[in-house]
Amino acid sequence: MQAFDPTALRGDLASARFEPGPTDDKLILSMGPQHPSTHGVLRIMLELDGEYILRAEPVLGYIHRMHEWMAEQKTYMQFMPNMGRVDYLHAMAWNWAYAGAVERLMGVEVPKRAEYIRVAVTELNRISSHLLWWGAYLLDLGAFTPIMYAFDDREIILDILQAVTGSRLTYSYFTIGGVYGDVPADFASRCLAFTRHLRSRLPMYRDLVTDNVILRGRCEDIGVMDVELARRYGATGPCIRGSGAPVDTRRAEPYGVYNRFDFRIPAYTEGDAMARYMVRMDELVTSCDIIDQAVQGLPEGPIQAKVGKTVKPPKGEACYAVEGARGKIIIHVRSDGGPKPYRVKLRAPGFSNLSVFCDLARGTLLADAVSILGSLDLVIPEIDR
Amino acid sequence: MSVSQLIEEAYTGLKSLVIGLGVTGKALTQPGVTVLYPMEEVERDNLVTYRGHVELIGKDEDPAVPRCVACGACVKACPSNCITILCPVAAKEGEEAGPVKMGPAPQKGSKTPGEFIVDFSLCSLCGQCAKTCPVDSLQFSDNPYMVSFDRKDFRIDLLARLRRMARDEAVAGE
Repeated sequence: MQAFDPTALRGDLASARFEPGPTDDKLILSMGPQHPSTHGVLRIMLELDGEYILRAEPVLGYIHRMHEWMAEQKTYMQFMPNMGRVDYLHAMAWNWAYAGAVERLMGVEVPKRAEYIRVAVTELNRISSHLLWWGAYLLDLGAFTPIMYAFDDREIILDILQAVTGSRLTYSYFTIGGVYGDVPADFASRCLAFTRHLRSRLPMYRDLVTDNVILRGRCEDIGVMDVELARRYGATGPCIRGSGAPVDTRRAEPYGVYNRFDFRIPAYTEGDAMARYMVRMDELVTSCDIIDQAVQGLPEGPIQAKVGKTVKPPKGEACYAVEGARGKIIIHVRSDGGPKPYRVKLRAPGFSNLSVFCDLARGTLLADAVSILGSLDLVIPEIDR
Repeated sequence: MSVSQLIEEAYTGLKSLVIGLGVTGKALTQPGVTVLYPMEEVERDNLVTYRGHVELIGKDEDPAVPRCVACGACVKACPSNCITILCPVAAKEGEEAGPVKMGPAPQKGSKTPGEFIVDFSLCSLCGQCAKTCPVDSLQFSDNPYMVSFDRKDFRIDLLARLRRMARDEAVAGE
């Protein structure tokens, strides 16, 4: 029997490229997948010189669940519950992207009331996603209290959405051609009360966190991403808006009834973690504005277009883009005329946003890399799909 | 760094500390927002639309008998195959009428389910079954406190549950 030789341990495929070289002053660190300051089960291979990062490489696939393959095994409607699990923080946007792609393929016109309800619930969900990001990011940076305030406000959204959809996190609310059920009678008044409440809380958020010197020290001039870098990697959402390009799918290629609403798209030119933070804080207000307009103009009428019991789109393919909390979600559906999709491609914004991390982390301190990772707002299940 | 800069930095640092403590102090004087389960539970009206596992709806004239016609539409619609409906299989011609065999719905000549089982451990609560039911015989229950040590407890016999609930309601009505 061969004697145990520790130098023969070569690690796995990812760490093989991070073997110690001829010099001894480099440290190879595998950050995650169990490291508590990373999100979900992300693993990052780091090559450190002292406390500075020379090379960083994310390793993906720890929560890969074959969502695209699953789509090929299920009928069109059976795949809908999966959309709540791809990105569990902004499930409504994924619901919308999938429903929209199939509707475009079938040429279904969604009733106006359903469109307005879709806008309202998606924006509510966006706020809950941003609030959770806010709490979790500050938790990364070592501030424990803010997540308590964030969850206090988020709870109100979850109660509203539970009354509408029946779930609190993994929504499967959209159907092909409408929404699953009508909103309760007090939906509009509860939404308006919530947006009023959130607007009154924002000054407190600013006092407690945004103006805090420690946060400013951890965020300002950290992970500066210029707009060319963001474009090259295909970063979208708050990441590119923090770099000075006010690109938003809701404005650039309006889907649903977004072209009827008046809202401001926040953008900052600094490109650092603080700019991305500020974009998300401003988006809370943007979403509040959209919710106010959507629930006040909620038309009467049906909530479901006429679609056959078995959804069977004609041969062809369709693509649908939606602005999620993390960026541009695209779902591409190809049908061969049968009851099951031939192929469904999910474009997750988090994947492109994470790719920028390799460039951003080079030359920074290890502690700043955690701040950069958090500011990208990563949801690993969405990246791995 | 000059002395004036040091003082200024100390001042801004202390200021944001005082502001932060002020926010915390304000929250400290407000009533709590959490519910201390199991000593307290959330209000019932918060659970009206809560999705527990699916349950059968009884007929208006007899609440112990489900509206279900054992067509098997919910079984087909379910993305995770968690519903099982069994009906008595009709004896073939020429065969002796032996013990009743049960087969998956739909069975010819059988319009009521013999067994209706939901495996809640597989269910993703998407509501496709309730949506597709042609006679509106399925709805979500609203019990959020389902806990068990045994996986078998989540295979729920809905017919037995409906009979039990109808009996409880009849007792409560008297």
